[in-house]
Amino acid sequence: MIVERPKLTIWDRLYMPQILKGMWITLKHIPMKRFTRQYPEETPPLPKRYRGVPTLVRDPEQRVKCVACQLCEFVCPPRAITVIPGFRAETGPDAKVEKEPSDFIIDMARCIYCGLCEEACPEEAIFLKKDYAMASYTREQMKLHKEKLLELGGIHEDRICKWKKK
Amino acid sequence: MSESLVKLTINGQLIEAPIGLNLIEAAKLIGVEIPHFCYHPDLCIAGNCRMCVVEVATLRTGPTGTPILEWNPKLTIACNTTVVEGMEVLTHTPRIIEARRGVMEFLLINHPLDCPICDQAGECRLQELAMDYGRAESRFVEEKERKPKRTLLGPKIMLDDERCILCSRCIRFMRDVAGQDCLGFMGRGSRSTLTCYPGREPSTNYDLNIVDLCPVGALTSVDFRFKQRVWFLKQTRSLCPHCSTGCNIVIGSRENTVCRLTPRDNEAVNQRWMCDEGRLNYRFINDPTRLVEPLSRMNENVQSLSWDEATRQIAERLTALRDGGEGRIAFIGSAGATTEELFLFRQLAGVLGVTLMDVVPHTGSADARLLQSDRNPNTAGALVTGVAAIPPGSRLLEIAQGIQDGRIRALVVLNEDIIPAGIGADLLGKLELLISVSRLPSAVTEAAHYLLPGATFAEKSGTFINRAGRIQRMNPAVASPGNARPEWRILAGLLAELGQPQEESLESIYRAMAQVLAPVWGVTWDAIGSQGVQLHVD
Repeated sequence: MIVERPKLTIWDRLYMPQILKGMWITLKHIPMKRFTRQYPEETPPLPKRYRGVPTLVRDPEQRVKCVACQLCEFVCPPRAITVIPGFRAETGPDAKVEKEPSDFIIDMARCIYCGLCEEACPEEAIFLKKDYAMASYTREQMKLHKEKLLELGGIHEDRICKWKKK
Repeated sequence: MSESLVKLTINGQLIEAPIGLNLIEAAKLIGVEIPHFCYHPDLCIAGNCRMCVVEVATLRTGPTGTPILEWNPKLTIACNTTVVEGMEVLTHTPRIIEARRGVMEFLLINHPLDCPICDQAGECRLQELAMDYGRAESRFVEEKERKPKRTLLGPKIMLDDERCILCSRCIRFMRDVAGQDCLGFMGRGSRSTLTCYPGREPSTNYDLNIVDLCPVGALTSVDFRFKQRVWFLKQTRSLCPHCSTGCNIVIGSRENTVCRLTPRDNEAVNQRWMCDEGRLNYRFINDPTRLVEPLSRMNENVQSLSWDEATRQIAERLTALRDGGEGRIAFIGSAGATTEELFLFRQLAGVLGVTLMDVVPHTGSADARLLQSDRNPNTAGALVTGVAAIPPGSRLLEIAQGIQDGRIRALVVLNEDIIPAGIGADLLGKLELLISVSRLPSAVTEAAHYLLPGATFAEKSGTFINRAGRIQRMNPAVASPGNARPEWRILAGLLAELGQPQEESLESIYRAMAQVLAPVWGVTWDAIGSQGVQLHVD
């Protein structure tokens, strides 16, 4: 398609009136309230139920709460979660739990932050935290493994302590 | 048959059922499920779970001589009540549901909240029935009973006593079917636990069937423990290749990895059982050393080829040998290959003028139940197609002698390690051309001039004819690794290269075979279905 150039009138060709008009708009905004946020120095306030990166948590006794039931893997709509089930050490304080993930991989390039994993978890072991800046340089780096997820999750209060009573 | 039928009414629906049938099975005939834990069609009746209670009315002669319907004042267990003429049965009245809810509440009192770590979750009767008859919230405020959670019963089974609902299926199976009375209950009331008799533990070849029988997660397989959740497993109907019984199985696989084999119902073959040897015989499928690429080896120079190139070169060399003189090529087939593959193998032999061929017999110890001493799943198929000599293996010596004399210059081996069968590495070294179709590396594949990677039973469809002459079908569960492909495709490719184009799908190859092989005349692919067809073979 050929786009015809508009014919410029003498007023247009004078050039200066348009420059001055633009300057006037800029000048008008100087005393107004500023909306620009200086990210990343200045971070936005997040809503209370903001859903950021999914993480694994430990209970107050440093026990990995996840027992590798793989329900999050099952429910995950974009199939971002891969759980590799494994055994807990047969001696040790959490031997009763028997099972834990030997690895837990969440592909952040796939995650859609829907929070279904948190909802499905029967052990309250996975929580969506408020971190959102998860960019990386490679796809491989976008896959968060168990150690990283536990580090992001930290310790979570557990009122029931189901496994303690076993 | 008709004279032994009785008429009864279940939930208002009139049905005819054979005499001696219990009410659970009779209700199944009209699609009504009566929930149960301890009842199992192949075990004796224990009647201890009380889940299958129903209301029953029978005909009595009234005071005036006319029959009247009398309702049993108490609820009756369906598993131990057989059908009677004129009987009326109700299976889901409010009174029955209340009773079942009571049973479930008692069963769940001491049941641990283990579902997230329990391998049975997803195929657990207790979980399923808790959905139908369980309470949303527990009324139990006392401490739960603690029991041992990780006890090994023999080397193959892990027992979790807390999960046990004391249905005694495992006890009855070990005593009555496996023939080793080794399990029993100890203690009273809520402290009852399942244990082995002192100094005894399950050690038969059928132990793992109690893992399938266990309606809850009390008995789990050590082999499958924590490997995969059952809801991820793709279920593929197949056949066990471990012996000539041809047990019907289900392959449980996820993302191209076979995780377990479990038995599938077939009254005519294996009922609901399979042996542990067969069940645990799947690891070679996932073996990382599986052959993945067609290779040619000329003077220690190993080169990987495309299938087209390999097929062309092999066909060329075999044709040259055929035209060079009679009896220069010998074939060794496998009674572990499917009937269709053996049929194509026999056809290939015909095209190349090969008369000397046989299969390698594999034997082992047999037991009185399912395991046969003939460890080839398709010996009958090899005999029917004419690949096996009579008796199978009797011509191997002749082949060895032929190679020794230098008469036989080329050997085609289908999925067999022939070194233990008497054709040693020295003889293989004498061959001008050795073609080996194989899945795993062996001494034969090391010596082969052409190496073609094949597929295991879990990766292809086809038929086996079992020891009793029953033709049965298997289906592919996983993809072959790399460029490996089913043997029937390899053989069909070779035949096409030699000027005998074959059908494209296995089903059409079967159809072509059914027109030629007398024992399978008239047996269609669909007729074989999932339960197989009995053939008339000697």
